[in-house]
This record gives sequence, structure tokens and C-alpha cells, in this order.
Amino acid sequence: MPGKLKAKIVAGRHLPVMDRASDLTDAFVEVKFGNTTFKTDVYPKSLNPQWNSEWFKFEVDDEDLQDEPLQITVLDHDTYSANDAIGKVYIDIDPLLYSEAASVISGWFPIYDTIHGIRGEINVLVKVELFNDLNRFRQSSCGVKFFCTTSIPKGYRAAIVHGFVEELVVNEDPEYQWIDRIRTPRASNEARQRLIFLMSGELQRKIGLKVLEMGGNAVVGYLQCFDLEGESGLVVRAIGTACTLEKLSSGSGTHTHPNTAPASNACNSPSKDGKEPVFGEDLPSSSGPSTPFRALPTSSSSPPPFSPSKPCSRQSSSSDTDLSLTPKTGMGSGSMGKDAGPLKTLLRQQTQTALEQREFPFFTLTSFPSGFLLHVGGVVSARSVKLLDRIHNPGESSSRTHNPNVASTRRRIGVYSLCHVRGLSSSVLEEVCILSASGTAAILNPRYMREGCLDLGGSDQRFEDPSPSSCGFCHIPYDELNMPFPAQLTYCFHCRRQKVPDVLFTTIDLPSDAAIAGKGCFIQARLCRLKKKGQGEANATAISNQLPFMEYELHTQLMNKLKLRSMNALFGLRIQISVGENMLLGLASATGVYLTALPAPGGIQIAGKTPGDLNTEQHILNIQKRINDTIAKNKEFYEVNPPDLTEEVVGSPIPEPRLRSRLFRSHSESSDELSELDLSHGKKDAFVLEVDDTDAVEDIHSLLTDASPPKGFYSCNTETMPGIYNWTSALQMFTSVRVLRLSNANLSNQALNKVFTDLCENLLKSFYFKLRSMIPCCLSHLVFSVAVPEEDLIQVAVTAVAMTFDKDQTQEKPAEKPITKGCSEAEDQLQFSLELCTDSSSINSQSSSKNSVSSLEHSSPLTEGRSRSLRSSRSFGGSSVSVVKMTPLSFLPGTRIVKYVGIINMFFIRETTSLREEGGVSGFLHSFVAEVFAMVRAHVAALGGNAVVSYSMKDCVLMENPNKNQCQCLINVSGDAVIYIRETDQEVTGSTANIGLSCTSSADGAT
Amino acid sequence: MAVELDVFVGNTIIMSEEVYQLWLDGYTVNDAVKVRMEGGVLDEFDAKVDVVLSDTMDQYRTFQMCERLLHSPTKLANQLLFQIPPHRQATLIERYYAFDDVFVREVLGKKLSKGTKKDLDDISAKTGVMLKSCRRQFDNFKRVFKVVEELKGPLVENIRQHFLLSDKLARDYAAIVFFANNRFETGKRKLQYLTFQDLAFCAGQLINNWTVGAVDNMVEDMDVDLDKDFLQELKELKVLITDKDLLDQHKSLVCTALRGKTKCNLNLSRGLVNIATKLTNTKDVRDFFIDLVEKFIEPCRSDHWTAADMKLYLTHYTNSAHILDTFKYQVVWDRYMGVIKSCIFKMYHD
Repeated sequence: MPGKLKAKIVAGRHLPVMDRASDLTDAFVEVKFGNTTFKTDVYPKSLNPQWNSEWFKFEVDDEDLQDEPLQITVLDHDTYSANDAIGKVYIDIDPLLYSEAASVISGWFPIYDTIHGIRGEINVLVKVELFNDLNRFRQSSCGVKFFCTTSIPKGYRAAIVHGFVEELVVNEDPEYQWIDRIRTPRASNEARQRLIFLMSGELQRKIGLKVLEMGGNAVVGYLQCFDLEGESGLVVRAIGTACTLEKLSSGSGTHTHPNTAPASNACNSPSKDGKEPVFGEDLPSSSGPSTPFRALPTSSSSPPPFSPSKPCSRQSSSSDTDLSLTPKTGMGSGSMGKDAGPLKTLLRQQTQTALEQREFPFFTLTSFPSGFLLHVGGVVSARSVKLLDRIHNPGESSSRTHNPNVASTRRRIGVYSLCHVRGLSSSVLEEVCILSASGTAAILNPRYMREGCLDLGGSDQRFEDPSPSSCGFCHIPYDELNMPFPAQLTYCFHCRRQKVPDVLFTTIDLPSDAAIAGKGCFIQARLCRLKKKGQGEANATAISNQLPFMEYELHTQLMNKLKLRSMNALFGLRIQISVGENMLLGLASATGVYLTALPAPGGIQIAGKTPGDLNTEQHILNIQKRINDTIAKNKEFYEVNPPDLTEEVVGSPIPEPRLRSRLFRSHSESSDELSELDLSHGKKDAFVLEVDDTDAVEDIHSLLTDASPPKGFYSCNTETMPGIYNWTSALQMFTSVRVLRLSNANLSNQALNKVFTDLCENLLKSFYFKLRSMIPCCLSHLVFSVAVPEEDLIQVAVTAVAMTFDKDQTQEKPAEKPITKGCSEAEDQLQFSLELCTDSSSINSQSSSKNSVSSLEHSSPLTEGRSRSLRSSRSFGGSSVSVVKMTPLSFLPGTRIVKYVGIINMFFIRETTSLREEGGVSGFLHSFVAEVFAMVRAHVAALGGNAVVSYSMKDCVLMENPNKNQCQCLINVSGDAVIYIRETDQEVTGSTANIGLSCTSSADGAT
Repeated sequence: MAVELDVFVGNTIIMSEEVYQLWLDGYTVNDAVKVRMEGGVLDEFDAKVDVVLSDTMDQYRTFQMCERLLHSPTKLANQLLFQIPPHRQATLIERYYAFDDVFVREVLGKKLSKGTKKDLDDISAKTGVMLKSCRRQFDNFKRVFKVVEELKGPLVENIRQHFLLSDKLARDYAAIVFFANNRFETGKRKLQYLTFQDLAFCAGQLINNWTVGAVDNMVEDMDVDLDKDFLQELKELKVLITDKDLLDQHKSLVCTALRGKTKCNLNLSRGLVNIATKLTNTKDVRDFFIDLVEKFIEPCRSDHWTAADMKLYLTHYTNSAHILDTFKYQVVWDRYMGVIKSCIFKMYHD
């Protein structure tokens, strides 16, 4: 009995009226954990009952502690009829299981009912007494910390990064069991909610076990997803990066390695056996800067003919996709194309050993400590189309045999990339399912690898390859002569020594020390393709045949849009392809940046196919003019300075005269070489678009219809906006969902594209409008997810955060490295500079808020930061609720995270049978989303936290049936609950004298 | 291409005060969009109709969800559904409970019953306040009335605590409750010239001086019901007009004090004392304001008195009663005339 769980029910408030006669309620509470249930007394005739119960004690295995949620049910006592349920609260007690997180869960929780929503609140106290269990064969993994954050959490140091962990749990979906025919929707929803809580607990425990096996103590970048595969069951899967984290206590630890506080991660993984990872062989075929992505085939049982990548004409995106049909009986065993390196890995992964994993370590992180990444290759992505098996006999055994199928596919697909694996997203339609994964291939610092967990404190003198950190990661990781695809290589515009590609696509965040010009910008490629309705295998084939073309087109769009903004690199690339009954949707989002190390992008040139026709030529000239205008406009808007100018300004890494002379020399050399390259690759300057048919014209038009954000707004989908460093503390996290019904059944591809593009554009426009009072402001971490819930329906869900920044100082690039990215000063020094920066930022926020108030109509989508409600709680009668901030980012500007109190991972179902009365689908979803926010906030507050970072809404599945007046929605959210303190709170001894002086330097700090 | 669903939810409530006002005023979503587009403020943002529509819809939904909470404002502070910064909570409540003076003038003194509610469309048509807004305001009156009806303690303070209103608004509500409870007649044509603020001021005077609460502050309904004992005592003032000596003496004192600046009209005195003596009668209480206008204000006006004249007269009239040797009801007289004086000052428009 290694654990004792104690719970106490204190009180309730705002309960609903359950007894019409008295307008009151006779409430009591059932507390259930595992199979044990306790009950409180009935508190008669009150809407604000005070139970003040005894401590209910559960003596349980720690395995159960990890798997099971504490289930609290509030009921109304009825003497004659059955007791009516008011609602439930599920409390995940996982945060209580590790010592550094919360010690007690205490607070008001919304009482949630899947039919009625939130119905009052209940005050609960939960504690856990855990006994140490050192049993080697234990099945529990208490004590492993989980973080959703995709970087090393603040306040921690990664002593060892062990590598990738993944796991999956499958169960039957209660909604598809025979019993569902006789039970109420409420019972069915609750069974489902509880099951998923259980499954994610189990999943977390299993991953924890793996981590312990590897010798780690934490999982960073934990990502959990659900697949509702209907009758095939319910799948919960998760990936993460196992680490050994050490807490940075102020004072200790930092002095030993003053320059690499969080940066001193090392990957212990490979090459203990002297085997250096040779990426050069495998990598080029999978990825590269000018083939930023491609669809990789996955194949199964019978080896299909696999054609090696053929470079295509322009961007040489090569793609092959095979249909993977899983026979009912067996596991797909892979075959592989000879030179498809990543594919090899992909398939080998099935029986992946620890050794192999060391050779190709995967990480689920998006931002890395500086020096960790040596070179970034490009995006790799893989998709697999899969036919799901039906569970014929819903018995244990049969569903078990089914599981490995799904599991293996997922496993095969999930793992191959080298640095950041994102995704593992899947789109399920009836029995066909697209599994996709993408990541960024990279070469990690071999020194980090070799020396494993060493302290890199003194190793400032870098490695054998002294590329400056500001451009090093752009250098090509492969052999110049052995390029598998044509790429235009030039010498790095920074150091002039290494070759760089002309464009770079990655899925990671912009490294904090990268040299850029101007600001970043949100770039989105949208694509909609019609598909014939089909069944089973034929359907799957049709889908898989379309995939490479979609990838290609998305890529072309991205490339054109990037050029249009005269930028040369994409970060945070996220491609989602979803499948519907009669169409496929593709959405690629990324943040464009101008990397000064890369060559300046050429313009776009339009070429007509049929010269001679005056009309067309005139037309082409017009288009050309518009494009040129747009490029010029964008340059100005994003403050992208001409590169030769920035070269002088930013070209910092050459302080020594020796190097300088070398630079000059290489300058002349490179110009020669450039011309050579030009010869071999045709006209370098312009990117030629041919206008040969109406489709192409349409494409170009759609290029130009992308409106840039209004003045004062910027947007990106990465953690931080490249080029903005001085955030002020106001932020507003939001979720928006839009569903469009295609009224016209017979739309062409073009029209469909337009509809889809407009949908996304309008959403962005809406955000700008709604948040206009926060100007100057940036929408960060814009995450779009598309779905085709039904035929003719397109659903787009967006979660993002709007953050204000200080306008005046945006131009300046920080002289020193931004602080939040884990640069590295002795703790006291760090604190000092942080203090300074918030000083000025708070001032700025005030002034900016004034501006916005006066300049715009009265509206203000409230900014949390501005109203200091946490402290100046002008209490209204009762106890007021503490403010909980939410953000999808890993940090909160102007604050310092002092403690991570636990991971939040919640799943809710809401259903209604009175859709019209609740204000239609919009009203229904609006209140549901608000309720989900409320429940997340309540759980965080109960853990003692005051913010959620790395918040994300993984799933939002909406099923409606307006004719029956019914609607059901499932939402899955996750994040890290944290305690933060305002930077200003620290300095009690107000250093007002410093403010004036520090204004400029402070701007740098507030990344 | 119909937008089937469109939702935008922020972690902190997202609202614009302008849209909130439109919602309170009873505009439909489409009308509100029209108003916003015509407002022109949005021009600089180049907002299209669909963008404004979607924004308006989101906010209207938010307000509708908040409305339930606004019915018991104390809940708003400790509910968990919406994260609303305190200053915004205050705005939400204050605006929700704000009312139109023209509308309240119509229902003032009427019974807050279903019957009155049925007449709201007439009132709406008459005042130009939208029916939806009328309903909201009427329901607010009713709700406040119901809650404070059974509470002990000072009326204004009770309203302020239970509905978290500002002092000014709480006083206005106190007046409305007071009028509704005593059913003062305010709708007569002669009284039409009085604004709500005039009457609210008078109500405040009555609450502070004539109710049970003015002497004892721990009784139920203390600020709503007039002090019965006091009303009884008022009967004694009759001597001022029935006792010939006293009458003459009083008259001469007033006339001397005025020194011919204004006519000393003893009929006025008779009117005021008559009002006082009849107040034990509920029917006459209801006619209090009409009586004041008919018996005092109208005669003054027909004599073309300025407000200053009238003030001078009333001051001397009140004060000279103190000098009367045989007049023993000084305390009652002061309590009565104090209120009468300030009410008439307020109600006498030049």
C-alpha cells in the first residue's frame, strides 16, 4: 500500500435549484477513487451547503494513484425517487505525486455536467501521503515530472537529454458499446470522460516508466493526442523527450557554469561506443533546404515498388506515397526503398532499440539551448494512409490483436527525425486514417553528444568547427557535391566560410541567437482538393495518391508567399492534412524570417506562355507590377532592410582584423562563385512563375489576396515573434472556432480553394479587429487546426495569444542575447537585468494602454496584464476569484516562473438536446469553451498556480444534428500549471534611478 | 457558403463598452452592426460587415451568458465561468442597472406588478426606449424591490451591498423602491414637468427624515414605510391654522420679516398645514406631490414668484413659527418643514 489519498469536501456554492417546490437543493457528495466510494451527509435545503466533511481516506497502490482520477459527484437527495446527479468533478492527483510540485489541492472547482455544463462550485481539499517504493519491478512511475513546454522549463537545467519516448494505449470507445443503446447520454458521456482520464493516466505512467528505465526524471515537450476511431476504438498516444532535469536553485549551480546556465544540456545519447552519428548519408535524401518537405512513403506487408526520390523541376519536391493497407490479421512489416534513409529508420523503428535511438535521437522540443544545434537540414515529413480494422468481436483478445496494428503504424511513422518531432497528428474518417509526422532534421553538436552529460561550463571555446552561433545553424549539414536535390548554395553571408542554402524551412523555433533582419511574419498556405467519395481500399488509394500533390502545392504556395515577403526562411512550419468525405484539406502555417546569413531572396517574375498576344502581355505586366508593389510594401512593413545594409550592421561575429581580411577576400571570391552558380542554375534573381492557364492566374491572384495585418499588428506561429524583443505584460489568450458549410455541392477545386483561403483570412481579420485595442500587439503561437467534420463542412479552430509590446524600441536587435531563451548569466546578474526590463516595460504598457484607449473606439478586449486584478482585488462582498493567466507560450512576458506545479491534461464532453435554446451551435460551443477555460483555471488555482503556460487545445470535435436539436462536442486541453511572480514584485527596494538608464538595455531583455 | 458556427472566446472576457451599451439598449445584432458601421470609428480599421457582425455576435453571446450572473451581482465576483477584472465587473453591473430617466419617470410610483409589465410596450412607444431595454429596467426595479423588501437596515446601504452599485445609483434605486412601495402618484399631468431626479431627491428627503429609519435603524422596512407616529403628531400642527391668535401672530411675524419683499399669503400656510394633517390617510400620502404642487407651487407661480422669493418666504415662514410662544410642536414642525422646504425648492422650476 504505497499511498494514502485523503480528500475532504468543504462546501458548495451557487448550486442549481433541484427542488422546484422549495427552490432549494438537498445536496450531498460522493467521493470515489478506484472502487471505493464515500459519501457526505445530506445538507438539506441550501444552495450553498457547508458539508465540512471528515477526511475520506483511500489506501491505494501508487499505480492506481497515477491512473485514476479522484471522482467527486454532487447529488440531490430525493426521498422517494432516485437521487438526481447535479454534476461531477474529476481531479487528476498526479501533481501531488512528485515532491517539487503542489503539496495540496485545495480550492473551488466548477461542478460539471455533460448535459447542463457548469452547475455551481464545490470546495475540495486533497492530499496524498506517498510511501517510498523502491521495488525494481514496480509498475508505477511516481515522481517523473511532465511538462508540455517544448523547451527546457525555466528554473531547471537539463543535465542529460535522454531522447524520445512514446507510448500508446487503446481501448474500446464506450460510445460504441452495446450498452450505449440502453443508457442515457449522460451516463455514456461520463463513461467516456472517465475512461479517457484513466487512459491518459495510464499512458503517463507508462511513459514515466520508460523514462525511469532510461535514467531520466522528467518528460519535456509532452504531447498527448486522442483518436476517436469509432468502432475501431479509442486511442490515446503520447510522445515526449526524456530528460534528467536539475532544479536551478539560486546561487548554486549557476556559478560553476556562468555562461551556460540552462544551455548546459547535453545529450548523452549516441556514440558512447565511439560511433559518431553520420547524418550525411541518410539525411540528404530525406530533407534539405530546398526540398523542405516531402511525403515519405510508408509501406507494409507486400513491398510495393518504391521509386527513389526524383527531383522535380522547380523546387524539386519529390514525393512518393504508397498506400498502406493493413491486412486484418497481421502487423505491417516494412519494406524499404534502398536509398530512402529516413524510411529505413522509419521502418526499423518498429523494432527500435535503444542503440538505434541513439543514432538518430528524436526530440520533441522546439527551442534548444544555444550551441545544441549545429546545423539544421530542413523539414522532413511523413504521412501514411491507413485502413482501420473493425473490431469484429468486441472481446478482449480480438481488440488486443488489433492494437499492435495501429500501434505499429504509429510507431513507424512517429520516429525518424533528428531534432524536433512535431505532430503525430492524425485525421480519421470512418475507416481511413491519415497519420502524419513531421520534424526538422538537424545535426547536433557532436561534442554535446560525445561527452554526454558533462558539464559544459568551461567549454566556451566551442568545438572544432567555430561557426559563429548566429549563422552556424544555417550552414548545410551535407556534402556539397553529394546533394540529392538541386539547391542553390552560396557562401554564408555572415562568416563567408560555409555554404548555406538559399532558403531554409524548419519546424523548430527561431534559435535565439540567429541573426535576422526586420520582423517575422505569419505565412499560411491553404489548399483544398476534391476527392471522389469512396469506400475502403479504393478510398484509401485515392487519398494516398493525392497526398504528394498536395504537399507539393502547399510547398509552392509557401515558397511564393515567402518570396513575396522577401524573406528566406520559415520556422515553426506545421502542415496539417485532413480528410473528409469528399475533399482533402491542407493547411501549412509557418513564420517567415529574413535570415541575414542566407542570400537575399529574388523577386518573383511572371512569364507568359503565349507571347505575342497583346492582351495577355498587358495582363502579365499588370500582375508583375502588382507583385513588385506588394514585395516593396511588405519589405517596408516587416522592416526587412536590404541585406547589404544589414550585413554591415549586424555582421558582428568578425571582430578580429585577421578574420576581417579573410572576409574581404572571401567577398571577392564569393562574388565569382556566385556568378558561377548563377550560370548553373539559371537566373538567380527572380523566381519565375509561368502563367500558362487560368489555374495559374488564379494561383497568382490568391497570392496577392493575402492581406497583411493592419498597422500595429504582427503575427507568427512560433513562441516568440522574430524581431520583437520588448514585450509588455498584457496578454489575452483566445480560442476561436469557425465552421463553414459549403452550400454548393459542385464546386471546382479553384472555388473550393478560394472558400478555404477566405475562411482563414477572415479569421485572421476577425482577430485583428477584436484585439485592436491591444495595439501595438503581436499574435503569437497562432495554431490553426482544420477538420472536415461532415460532408460539406470545414472546421477551423485557432488558439493563440495576443501580447502587447512596446512600439518604440522594436527596431533594435538586442546587443546581448535575449534572456528568456536561457542565456546565461550568473543568477544575480540575470535577476538584475530582468528587473530592469520590467521597470520600463510596465511603464510602457501604461503609456501604450493610454494610447489605445484614446485612439480607438471604447472597446477593449481586456488585457489581463493591464488590470492588476490579482492584487488590487477590489473585493465585492464574497471572496473574489484569483486571476489565472493562460498562454500557449512557455513564458509570460514581464514575469518569472518560479515553480511548475503540475501538468494539466483534461478532457471534456458536452452534449445538449436543446441546441436552439442554448443559442444554436455557436452559443453551445461558446459556453463550452468558456467552461473549459473556467475548469482549467480552477484546477490551476487549486494547485496553487496562477498561470498556465504551453496551453493547447488538442482536439475539438464537434458533432451536430440541428434537426434533432442535438449537438455534442469533445475538447481536450493541456498545459503546465505554474506559479509566476511579476518581475516588479521582486524589487521592493525600487530602483527607480535605474529606469532612465536602463531603458535601452531593458528592451533587449524582454524577449 | 454559410458560416455555420463562429465563436471567439478569450481567457479574460472580451467586451467593448460600446457594444455592451447597444445590447443594453435592446438593439438586435443586425441593428447593432448597422450602428457600429455608421459610427465610422471603424473606418480606420477597414472592417468589413462580416467582421463586425462576428464580433458583435460574440459579445452579445457573452453578455447573454453574463446576464444570469448580473441578476445577483455578488455572484459575479466569485463565479468561475468568466474571468472578469474587477473594474470591468463594476462597469458591467453599473451599466446593467443603469436606467433611462424618461422610462423610470413613467413607472415611478406604479405597482411593480405583471399588470404594469404588460403596459411596457405603450411606455416604450411613448418614451422611445426599446421594449427590450424597458423590460430589463423594469425587471431590475422589481428584483431590487424584492430583495430589499425583507431586509433590515438602511435601504441605500442594502441596495449597495446586494447589488454592488455606486452610491448615486443605489440612491436612485432607493427612491424607486420608496415610490413603488408608497405608490406616490406621479403620473398626473400637473406633475409631468418634474423630472425623475427631482422626485428622487424628494424621496431621499422623505427617506432620511420621515421614515421609521430616521429614528430607529434596526427595523424591517425601516426606510420604506413612513413613520406612523410622526404622521399622527403632524395632526397637532392644525393649531397653526385653527387657533386664530396663533395664525395672526404667525402672519405678522412672517410679514415683518419679509418687509414687503413678497406678499405674505396666508393661504399658502393653510395649504401646507392641511397637507401635514391629512398624511395619516394613505390616499393622501399618495397625493402628497400633487398636493404640494396644487396647494403651494401653483399659487406661487400664478403670483409670479421667483424661486428666490419662494425660498425667502418659506425660510421665514418656518423660522417665525419658532418664535410663537404658544406653539409647542417645534420638533415636529422642524421635521415636517425641513422636508417640505427642500422638496419645494427642488420642485419649483422657474
